[in-house]
Amino acid sequence: MSFAKDKTLIGLALAIPALLAAGAILPDWLRFLLQVSLASGLAALGVTLQMRAGLVSFGQGLYFCLGGYAAGMAGHFLGVTDAFVLLALGVLVPSAVAVLLGFLMARYREIFFAMLSLAFSMILYGILVKAEALGSTDGFNLPKATFLGYAPSGAALRFATYALTCVAAVTVAMALHRYLTSPMGFIGEAIRENELRVEYLGTSPRTIVHVKYVIAAAVSGVGGALAALSVGHIDPDMAYWTTSGNFVFVALLSGTGSVAAPLIGAFLLELVRIYAVEYSPYTWQMILGATMLLVILFLPGGLWSLVARRGRGA
Amino acid sequence: MTAIQLKSRCSQRAWVRRASLAAVLAGTFALPAPTAQAQDAGTLKIGIVTFLSGGAAGPFGVPARNAAELVIEALNAGKVPAPYNTTGIAGAKVAPVFVDEASKQVVADYRTLVEKEKVDLVIGYISSGSCKAVAPVVEEIKRLTVFFDCGTPQVFEEVVTKPKYLFRTGAHATMDSVAAARYLLELKADVKTVAGINQNYAWGQDSWNDFAAAIKALKPAVEVKTAQFPKIFAGQYGTEISALLASQSEVVHSSFWGGDMEALVLQGTGRGLFGKMKVILTTGETAMHRLGAQMPEGTILGGRGPHGNFAPNSPLNEWFRKQYFDRYGTWPTYPSYKMALAILGVKSAFDKAAKATAGQRPTQEQVIAAFERLEYDSPSGKVRMALSNGHQAIQDTAYGLFHFDKNIGQATLVKVKTYNAECVNPPEGLKSADWIKSGFKGAKCN
Amino acid sequence: MLTSVAIVFDGLVYASWLFTVSVGLTLIYGVMKILNIAHGSLYALGAYAAAYLVGAYLGGGYPPLFSYLVLLAAAIAVGAFFGVLIERGILRLMYGRDEVLMVLVTYAVFLVLEDAVKVIFGVDPYFASQPYGLLGTVDVLGLPYPVYDFGLIALALLAGIGVWWGLNRTRRGKLLTAVIHDREMSVAFGINVTAVFLVTFIIGSMLGALGGAFTAPKVSVVPGIGVEVIVLAFAVVVIGGLGSIGGAMIGALIVGLARAAAVHLLPQAELFVIYGVMSLVLAFRPHGLFARPATRKI
Repeated sequence: MSFAKDKTLIGLALAIPALLAAGAILPDWLRFLLQVSLASGLAALGVTLQMRAGLVSFGQGLYFCLGGYAAGMAGHFLGVTDAFVLLALGVLVPSAVAVLLGFLMARYREIFFAMLSLAFSMILYGILVKAEALGSTDGFNLPKATFLGYAPSGAALRFATYALTCVAAVTVAMALHRYLTSPMGFIGEAIRENELRVEYLGTSPRTIVHVKYVIAAAVSGVGGALAALSVGHIDPDMAYWTTSGNFVFVALLSGTGSVAAPLIGAFLLELVRIYAVEYSPYTWQMILGATMLLVILFLPGGLWSLVARRGRGA
Repeated sequence: MTAIQLKSRCSQRAWVRRASLAAVLAGTFALPAPTAQAQDAGTLKIGIVTFLSGGAAGPFGVPARNAAELVIEALNAGKVPAPYNTTGIAGAKVAPVFVDEASKQVVADYRTLVEKEKVDLVIGYISSGSCKAVAPVVEEIKRLTVFFDCGTPQVFEEVVTKPKYLFRTGAHATMDSVAAARYLLELKADVKTVAGINQNYAWGQDSWNDFAAAIKALKPAVEVKTAQFPKIFAGQYGTEISALLASQSEVVHSSFWGGDMEALVLQGTGRGLFGKMKVILTTGETAMHRLGAQMPEGTILGGRGPHGNFAPNSPLNEWFRKQYFDRYGTWPTYPSYKMALAILGVKSAFDKAAKATAGQRPTQEQVIAAFERLEYDSPSGKVRMALSNGHQAIQDTAYGLFHFDKNIGQATLVKVKTYNAECVNPPEGLKSADWIKSGFKGAKCN
Repeated sequence: MLTSVAIVFDGLVYASWLFTVSVGLTLIYGVMKILNIAHGSLYALGAYAAAYLVGAYLGGGYPPLFSYLVLLAAAIAVGAFFGVLIERGILRLMYGRDEVLMVLVTYAVFLVLEDAVKVIFGVDPYFASQPYGLLGTVDVLGLPYPVYDFGLIALALLAGIGVWWGLNRTRRGKLLTAVIHDREMSVAFGINVTAVFLVTFIIGSMLGALGGAFTAPKVSVVPGIGVEVIVLAFAVVVIGGLGSIGGAMIGALIVGLARAAAVHLLPQAELFVIYGVMSLVLAFRPHGLFARPATRKI
């Protein structure tokens, strides 16, 4: 599909200037929310990618956290402040781990894949909690980011990190979209439908699942690094099962229809959370749970099904 | 299979879809409309952040919130005893905005609090993780913020070494462990073995490290028999208690709090742990009234400062205790005291700054200048902003033995020893861990 | 010698707790193929109800010996009420949907119930410790163990045997087993699968609440006690094989003993034990220890 005819790619390409403009107009707190949701939206995107292949990852926090800690440790202990280097680390380290773990994980499907991914994310959590040098559950802070020598501060720094997050997130989404609309991407759907037939056709589902696992890990790692740069602080909570559960949540609620869906869904969910915490500080979890139930009950294709023309199944 | 699935859903789905889309769009674009009104000259908006859900709500977050409500209402009515008997803060009525610290996005919530709610200042934060994350943001956003409870000394020792807008009115956790070590040695000078059971996260690890280092510094011959680190909120400590009993240590140190501490007490008493060993509960003061007669006699309890039953007698303390008990049916514990003294510290700073501006509301810069190196009174005695260039408070602290007085049917503390602030806090310029290792260089004990 | 004995006993006590807490989860999954995250809420509700009722019971001056029956009654009441509420109210609308979607639904229910518990019972802790100390302690090589803990072992055995017997030796149980193996065929044969689901969910909820109710005398019941239980129960159930009662028992035993060994010999490893065991088991037996082989549809 050529670039000009692909609506999603055009939409995403237009999103970059739109987001940057929004960043200039929106109040600081809302822009920060948008920034943070784009980062966690990327992790949810990793979950979506795996979901398209029929795998549900309840431990995507593993790679989100690895990306964040790779960036964080390089910044805090090695003094690396260049945001692009940190992002690159946020891709490389989780991918390396995913290549190794993938040999084991690619053998599993369904609930066992989910449970094993949860187990590994909790193992990372345990390791980080035990690591007193890394601050255990307190975590540690990152130094101010620089951009290829340009070292802004104050409002300029905030906008620069925002811009980086937007551009990185949208670029990753576009790349992922190209991947998903290519034969390699569609084969994930085939695996989800009927893996045995894919084997008969001569391809190895295990290799394909392994590749998708690594790509999802890389995407989540970028999200983690961006989250670390935006918030300026990382802690082991990024690997806890509730964080991973949140990603699955966003992925399911937004629907698997498009790569933009998890990014937008993450932002909407953050908004719901902010208002829930503000209006009922005692029972905000209940409001969140009720919202989720309503979406699941009435919008089986996720929120994206509201926008998509064809009614696509979950 | 179910009736709903058999029914034809086409038209129903389309309607639901359109209605939901309309609702979502309307909600998304309507809600972020600015809610901040023009700042009322007569109101001081304070953001208060504590745990309102999860395991930390019961022992810490909610008592702190209750104390905040109580003190703020009393301030607005001018009912707080001297020297705080003027209405409001610098003449303005106080309007609190409560936020749940358990939201997992503390930094985003802090920014929302300051930039959307437009609060004049923020008081809060119990978890050290929250404090470490928020501290640099405070300096970046430049809004006066007061940490009231979090314990890690790293806030000013490592994260924000030159604070301007950030203050902490609660002394940090180093003094808990140092005082515990001193108290233990004064109680049992011949102690030879210690053991520990602490929660396996930053608070537990730091508390144990500080205590072990302090004991070693004071009496190098002491041997550590075992150090248990169960998961936080584990709730089941049978195996750990067996390990402690088997180690045959004389003393057990624990920084457990909340439900975990109470479970440890219940399960430990059932198996004779408290009878065989001297147990130190560094945050035990929070549970002494809740557990009442179930807390074993002679347990060493700490309150992270001279709070609760450790507080010295004063009209301010008596007023606070009576008001709190009348309103909430239970005696105030250290989180309530620490919140109260944070608010009173803010009032003190504002009032001091207002003296120079002849009644006009002082600017943030003036309040900060007044707050630095401030010394003020609180229900738990004097608070001195003495460390980190006047941004970090120090207070005395105390430890005592638990005793349930059957005559009055209340939990009390006996053999209370107070340690003055300079004895258990590091001096200006020296990091806590280094100070303990150096054998408490510069400590001035009475 | 003392350490080894302690490890065995501590392991058994912890394993019995794990099993009691997990058996309801594995039952519900086995029959309904739903991984019920709200199981943690039922545990918490059972604990709260038990603490509240025991407090009221003992405050009324009744004989303490029957407080154990009060615990049981609390579990049954909570399981029945909330089991019906959740299953009829919410889950029924979702049958036939994707397995993972069901997990998400139970997660949402869990969030709602967490706050509901806080609203109903408040944030202050509840104590019901008298039943814990009532039976005294027994000395094992110098280490005192409360008889209550051994009672919990007996309870776990009873629950396990009860569920196993119910599934394999009663007619209803055999119908249930048929539904486990092939839902569509069971409907075709006239089994009222909807009723079977309801009954299973109620029993599973009761078992979850039972775990909470009998844990209540050992702890202080505070908000959030259900959260930790979820991950532990999941791990045990996955190790044993989803849907297998015997598997859950063996899984609980392995984890309990491994954890006891870690605590006594290498406390730093305690945090990793359960996930380490799970990863190891799954690496060699991809579907858990006792999972039945699943047929692949071509």
